[in-house]
Amino acid sequence: MRNLHAGHPDPASRGPAGAGNAEGLLTRRAFLGAGGAAVGIAAINPLTGFGTSAEREVHAMPNENASQPRAVSPAVPREEPDAEIRPFRIAIPQSDLDDLHRRLTRTRWPSELKNVGWERGIPLGYMEELTEYWRTAYDWRAQEARLNAFPQFMTTIDGANIHFLHVRSAEPDAFPIIITHGWPGSIVEFMEVIGPLVDPVAHGGDAADAFDVVVPSIPGFGFSGPTRETGWTTRRVASAWAELMRRLGYERYGAQGGDTGSFISRHLGLVDPDHLIGVHLNFLMTFPTGDPAELEGLTEKEQARLALVDRFNTELSGYYAVQSTRPQTLAYGLTDSPVGQLAWIVDLFKEWTDSTDVPEDAIDRDQMLTNVMLYWLTETARSSADIYKEDAASWGETEIFDLPMGLALFPKEIGQPIRAWAERENTNIIHWSEFDRGGHFPAMERPDLLIGDVRDFFRQLR
Amino acid sequence: MMNQSAISTFRIDIPQADIVDLQERLTDTRWPSELEGVGWSRGVPVEYLQGLAGYWRDGFDWRAQEARINEFPQFLVEIDGQTIHFVHGKSGEPNATPLLLIHGWPGSFVEFIDLIGPLTDPVAHGGNAEDAFDVVIPSIPGFGFSMPLSGPGWSDPRVTQAFTELMARLGYDRYGVQGGDVGAFVAPLLAQIDPSHVVGVHVNALVTFPSGDPAELEGLTESEQERMARFQNFEQDMSGYMSMQGTRPQTLAYGLSDSPVGQLAWIVEKFKEWTDPAAELPEDAVDRDHLLTNISIYWFTNTAGSSANHYYEGFHDPSAFAPKERGTVPMGVAVSLTQDIAIRRLAERDYNVVHWTEFDEGGHFAAMEAPEFLIDDVRTFFRRFR
Repeated sequence: MRNLHAGHPDPASRGPAGAGNAEGLLTRRAFLGAGGAAVGIAAINPLTGFGTSAEREVHAMPNENASQPRAVSPAVPREEPDAEIRPFRIAIPQSDLDDLHRRLTRTRWPSELKNVGWERGIPLGYMEELTEYWRTAYDWRAQEARLNAFPQFMTTIDGANIHFLHVRSAEPDAFPIIITHGWPGSIVEFMEVIGPLVDPVAHGGDAADAFDVVVPSIPGFGFSGPTRETGWTTRRVASAWAELMRRLGYERYGAQGGDTGSFISRHLGLVDPDHLIGVHLNFLMTFPTGDPAELEGLTEKEQARLALVDRFNTELSGYYAVQSTRPQTLAYGLTDSPVGQLAWIVDLFKEWTDSTDVPEDAIDRDQMLTNVMLYWLTETARSSADIYKEDAASWGETEIFDLPMGLALFPKEIGQPIRAWAERENTNIIHWSEFDRGGHFPAMERPDLLIGDVRDFFRQLR
Repeated sequence: MMNQSAISTFRIDIPQADIVDLQERLTDTRWPSELEGVGWSRGVPVEYLQGLAGYWRDGFDWRAQEARINEFPQFLVEIDGQTIHFVHGKSGEPNATPLLLIHGWPGSFVEFIDLIGPLTDPVAHGGNAEDAFDVVIPSIPGFGFSMPLSGPGWSDPRVTQAFTELMARLGYDRYGVQGGDVGAFVAPLLAQIDPSHVVGVHVNALVTFPSGDPAELEGLTESEQERMARFQNFEQDMSGYMSMQGTRPQTLAYGLSDSPVGQLAWIVEKFKEWTDPAAELPEDAVDRDHLLTNISIYWFTNTAGSSANHYYEGFHDPSAFAPKERGTVPMGVAVSLTQDIAIRRLAERDYNVVHWTEFDEGGHFAAMEAPEFLIDDVRTFFRRFR
């Protein structure tokens, strides 16, 4: 089946595109103008949650409790048979690397249309060149060694494996911080920021800015491995993080995150407010109420942010629409084909970063491939997509967040808040930075800016 | 004077190396894990797909299917710079009506393979000579053997224009059109573009859109309300593939072109979700070999990306959502009560609907699921123009 999804919708129909939906109606205009399914679904996204409040209410209707604050779930909903924390090192079997090499060698490429550039996805020529580099020049063992330079551990929380980096500072007054990646990211995003955060003096900083850093892999991602049971929402991940920090003996800590990590970090404040003292986010979605008046006073910069959301909804949210509905079907191609997995991720490293022609304008090629390797080697295309499906049911939540919050905004980030709207649901925003370079992956794109901003924010709280 | 020399005969002959390659890739599949207890709710279950992939590799006989298709005369023609493949089944009956049959996604010309005999030679299939058709079954540009795509821009209006040209080149100046899914969008357009030659349009799997005026939907029957709810559920839960194909078809193509189980899952999911819900598995709704032949055509022609591009064109074609004049050519609509979303009053608003049939056994793929019904309905509808 198919419909005629509009790439150039009438702005008048955008508003509550779901206006049709709200009345239980589907109009051709709403259907088309809403970007077909893209908005209908993308609007509900708690991970990249674009859309209007009106739409969110509509989609929340099936769950009457969705817009009500939930009871805080216990950090450990079940008895853990094994709360032990075990040291972990990455050691990929050579046979897995050989298998990858063999699959890349025998890639069956699709054709492509001429002269469409990146508008329909990743061009074939770029993919062929990147794949050849991956196969012949990229050095996994060197990357693995770099990751293993960070102390890593494995534990079991709420029935799931949790892999995490835990890097303690030598500074006596180091402040604990838990940093959470998103999709399609991983712990690899933070390779360049951990050192300066843990040991500021060695990186030209001040000992007073030292952190003990915990970087977990979300259940279903990377070395936490595939989840086997349903229900791993961002909320439940946050509860697991609270337990992780408790096990590590941290009674007072901070959180940082972007993308999915932003939702998890915010939830962490809601489930563990007695121990979390503040969150620093580089991604936060905000929503209009539907009142046209509130759109009138927006600055040019704010209007540009809404335009990014608009482009996301009409042109870039297909991955989301698939992952939030049929993650298992998608998984077959991505688990069997390394170029399938590569393309699925790299597309977003082009579209979401401060790049002009290729992703490598904004991020290091080896770091990008190491990030892709964490998906490929751990066979987590499926389980990492599942978190979108899990959160799709509860995206309507609008719990008030009143802990100190800091925001770092990067211009190519699609999920940038409008401040007045952000303050409706986050009542204690004490830090707001706007940078002129960078995008969705600041830890990879502009680690210097992110590090500085995290230090500035937590200096007020530690 | 039509340039008949541009039409060349065609037979499918997939190189043996491609068949071996497919089997090797299937053997070599790296399977994903799955969640416990989710059934089909998040997509195709692993155990089911493993079974189907095993049969595709070990039990399915592509050469037999290829031979069966090749029993029908096939041709290639270049129109508007695009290679277009089509089956041309001529009837032995003198008064046969020419009929253009248009497939959808994730279908292909092979959806209609079991209809060719009864439509062209009704007498041999228990029917009447006066119900005979000459059938023309093109592959939409970018689908199957209508490849490679000559470039961007193959939106519905351009596909439609090419098909009118095809019928003209075949010398048919009075013909009928039938289509489902994509075909249900293209067939009415054909009548609009070529009303002096199209005698009637028959569609199934039609999509109708409310205008937004609530009055329009007052007093819907229970069955119609079900269809509206189905539409809403489609938009919310079932249209992810469409968003992806409509925006990033090239990115999607890498995994589907390189992994046969990737391609298999992407398509077979639709044969589970869109077929008669009374069927537990896709092969309970459609013949398994027929299903795999359809998917093999996508795989062997490597057209996952180019067929997905059809959605990209639809999403980016301003004319697709511009107001249109009501059609004047008589239209017949067959509605699956289990899967379709068409509402009669909305269809009548847009088209000159003169025939409306509802059927409750079979779903979206009427030609594969309910061929007897579809043949009967097509015969009944076109009898009025003979």
